[in-house]
Amino acid sequence: MAEKLISKIPEGPLSEKWTKHKSQLRVVNPGNKRKLEIIVIGTGLGGASAAASLGELGYNVKIFCISDSPRRAHSIAAQGGINAAKNYQNDNDSVYRLFYETIKGGDYRSREANVYRLAEVSGNIIDQCVAQGVPFAREYGGLLSNRSFGGAQVSRTFYARGQTGQQLLLGAYAALNRQIAAGTVKSYPRHEMLDLVMINGEAKGIIARNLVTGEIERFGAHAVVIASGGYGNTYFLSTNAMNSNGSAAWQCYKKGAYFANPCFAQIHPTCIPVHGDQQSKLTLMSESLRNDGRIWVPKKKEDVEKLRKKQIKPSDIAEEDRDYYLERRYPAFGNLVPRDVASRAAKERCDAGFGVNETGLAVFLDFSTAIKRLGEDKIRERYGNLFQMYEKITATNPYKEPMMIYPAIHYTMGGIWVDYNLQTTIPGLYAIGEANFSDHGGNRLGASALMQGLADGYFILPYTIGDYLAGQILKPKTDTNAPEFEEAEKAVRAKIDKLMSIKGKHTVDEIHKRLGHIMWEYVGMARNEAGLKKAIGLIQDLRKEFWSDVYVAGEKDNFNQELEKALRLADFLEIGELMARDALHRQESCGGHFREEMQTEDGETKRDDEHFMYVAAWEYKGEGKEPELHKEPLVYENIKIATRNYKD
Amino acid sequence: MDLTLKVWRQKNAKTKGHFETYKVKNISPDSSFLEMLDILNEQLIHEGMDPVAVEKGCQSSGPVSFDHDCREGICGACSLYINGRAHGPDDEVTTCQLHMRKFKDGDTITIEPWRSSGFPVIKDLVVDRQAFDKILQAGGFISVNTGGVPDGNVIPISHEIAEESMDGAACIGCGACVATCKNGSAMLFVAARVSSLALLPQGKVEAAKRAKAMVAKMDELGFGACTNTRACEMECPKHVTVSHIARLNREFISAKFKE
Repeated sequence: MAEKLISKIPEGPLSEKWTKHKSQLRVVNPGNKRKLEIIVIGTGLGGASAAASLGELGYNVKIFCISDSPRRAHSIAAQGGINAAKNYQNDNDSVYRLFYETIKGGDYRSREANVYRLAEVSGNIIDQCVAQGVPFAREYGGLLSNRSFGGAQVSRTFYARGQTGQQLLLGAYAALNRQIAAGTVKSYPRHEMLDLVMINGEAKGIIARNLVTGEIERFGAHAVVIASGGYGNTYFLSTNAMNSNGSAAWQCYKKGAYFANPCFAQIHPTCIPVHGDQQSKLTLMSESLRNDGRIWVPKKKEDVEKLRKKQIKPSDIAEEDRDYYLERRYPAFGNLVPRDVASRAAKERCDAGFGVNETGLAVFLDFSTAIKRLGEDKIRERYGNLFQMYEKITATNPYKEPMMIYPAIHYTMGGIWVDYNLQTTIPGLYAIGEANFSDHGGNRLGASALMQGLADGYFILPYTIGDYLAGQILKPKTDTNAPEFEEAEKAVRAKIDKLMSIKGKHTVDEIHKRLGHIMWEYVGMARNEAGLKKAIGLIQDLRKEFWSDVYVAGEKDNFNQELEKALRLADFLEIGELMARDALHRQESCGGHFREEMQTEDGETKRDDEHFMYVAAWEYKGEGKEPELHKEPLVYENIKIATRNYKD
Repeated sequence: MDLTLKVWRQKNAKTKGHFETYKVKNISPDSSFLEMLDILNEQLIHEGMDPVAVEKGCQSSGPVSFDHDCREGICGACSLYINGRAHGPDDEVTTCQLHMRKFKDGDTITIEPWRSSGFPVIKDLVVDRQAFDKILQAGGFISVNTGGVPDGNVIPISHEIAEESMDGAACIGCGACVATCKNGSAMLFVAARVSSLALLPQGKVEAAKRAKAMVAKMDELGFGACTNTRACEMECPKHVTVSHIARLNREFISAKFKE
């Protein structure tokens, strides 16, 4: 079935592909748009912007979210900013440079054409958000302000204090609200998609659970858009919100959509370290802090010992006794190396015994140099809310003493395979934002997730989905009484009944924590063959235990957060195995995927372009069967493939 | 830390609720308040799965439902009234940012849902805040479609105005202001949005119309009137101040004059 992997990348020069492609896409006339229905799953930046834009075009849209309001989707937690190739700073930025840095940052494992298009529309996103009233930071002259992010040599990140994600989402949510008021979009908060319904091989609807009443409901449409984010919570502890999950995407996989590069998970270098086993999630400290913060550990082991015993404060350690290891190892990029590089460097120092807290799993992020240079007020203006957040959590004042940070799971570059039109291998099923795989390769650059979500939702999907819907005009409204809906609903009910009836000895969270430990230990920052093989076995055993010994409290026909968690964990227990399988098969190190067997002498990733320059797209083959691997070769016509170098 | 918790339990919107008392032990002062509730819930689930305890008359109502998501103070989902204060005994925090070090060993802590006619209880500590969405749908936006907008730098906006607008835009829609207000008014929530948009040249065009529509919707949905007690700004986790209410009033009056 390899013929399904047709990327549909247009012919022609890179810079003309999207323009040419758009001119060839079919469009639906306004009268016919009114007859067509689209389901959107998720209300983060991708889902909200897509639903709003599709509503504006005149389609009938139904949008679903698991929170009580679309505004609470996890995009809201993005702090630092959004990239755009505006070149407002006159620092020689361009669409090409953003494109190039994104491909390089992703360690040459993303599609040229998709990434170029992303860079191309990035400027429009900023214009759109400004028009919506997003209060971006401004210079005194009244123009938009920028800062720098990791992996970039220019200043192209736009921001709204430390709440950029929230402000962009409020913009998209406002546009969505306007369409809800206009009647083009109907919103279903506190609804969770539990299955995809297909009729004659096309995506035609979903089965959802009303999270307030527990009712199982059917919804039909002419196309379905998945914008449900990533699967980082497979690890239990991550920077994802507690309810973020991979289930919507996973149901699509089980219905035939290929899942691409599942092992590419991003580990963010600057998170607040784990404090103990009562911890429920990890808090991110924005990458923007690396603009002014310097990362270090002591040079001397005796200082480390004293720090751990709290006999000295970090500020007691003399300048010459500090190892600013990123500046030492990567002089060209210093503290602003990409996330995967910074994370591994922190792990390397901590593994060597230089971790600065009691657990030995923390490094310093220090602002004293910047405070000396710019004054405390300037630092407060830039990062005030982040510093406040840090102090509330740790009871340490970061204006006086450096922050302590450690890497944590943050984002998943892998996701549902999509073609250039963002359509999956299932006709009529689209995937956008973090839920798809296409733009970030092996590692996403900071401030690019917001860019991709909004690019997909505002400027790409509204064009490409028309090409498919133009062929649906003569098709009647989807009948939710069709046998396919009947069957899907029956399967969902049976799954819920099964979970409720087990009445075993372990809570959902207990099993999820154990899955998290397996994932972090063997499918985390460093992976090897033996560990990955072991992980697959352990996950399979844990999955059996879950299905025979979990205890789901409460009732199925009522508000029940335990049941919600159990349904999601059932999927994480399968996603984790596919991640390990993919990591095992990819015998190279690239981006966030670090195979210990494949590294350079100085501990950097060692890619194998000859054998692995492809997208690994996995096809579900049924329960208990091994998934089938399909390969989409990556072709670089415009960029010279090189070893990623951030040293000089 | 060992604590006694008095928690509001309510099966659904139709049934009457009541307080139940629980004990939790060995809570780390570094845990967040919601992590403490996670521990309580694990304990309650284990009690529920123990047939011996159930036989002996243990009538566990199961784990306590509460809204939460990002756990870093930005999504606005968590909504607990703790010892008589929205988001508990700390300033400028959401419940997920409240840490147990703010309490003492042996304390008794009372935990309730937001109480307001605008926010009916769904279950236990979970309330329905869809009224906020409806208020924003009435006019909390700038009427622009995707595409066809001018370059972001075409209209300069002074640094100070952008920052002031950001102050209002920082509202996370948690509802602490409504829960705190003795009148159950949503004025601070409405004002934050109206004022944030009215300050910007892009939002100025529809400012008066927006103010009128949003206030009318707020009244229609049963939120009370503002009597300037300023309790709302005291409990706002994002430090949204009543100066935004003043700006809302100005837009509202100007809309009335235009009639």
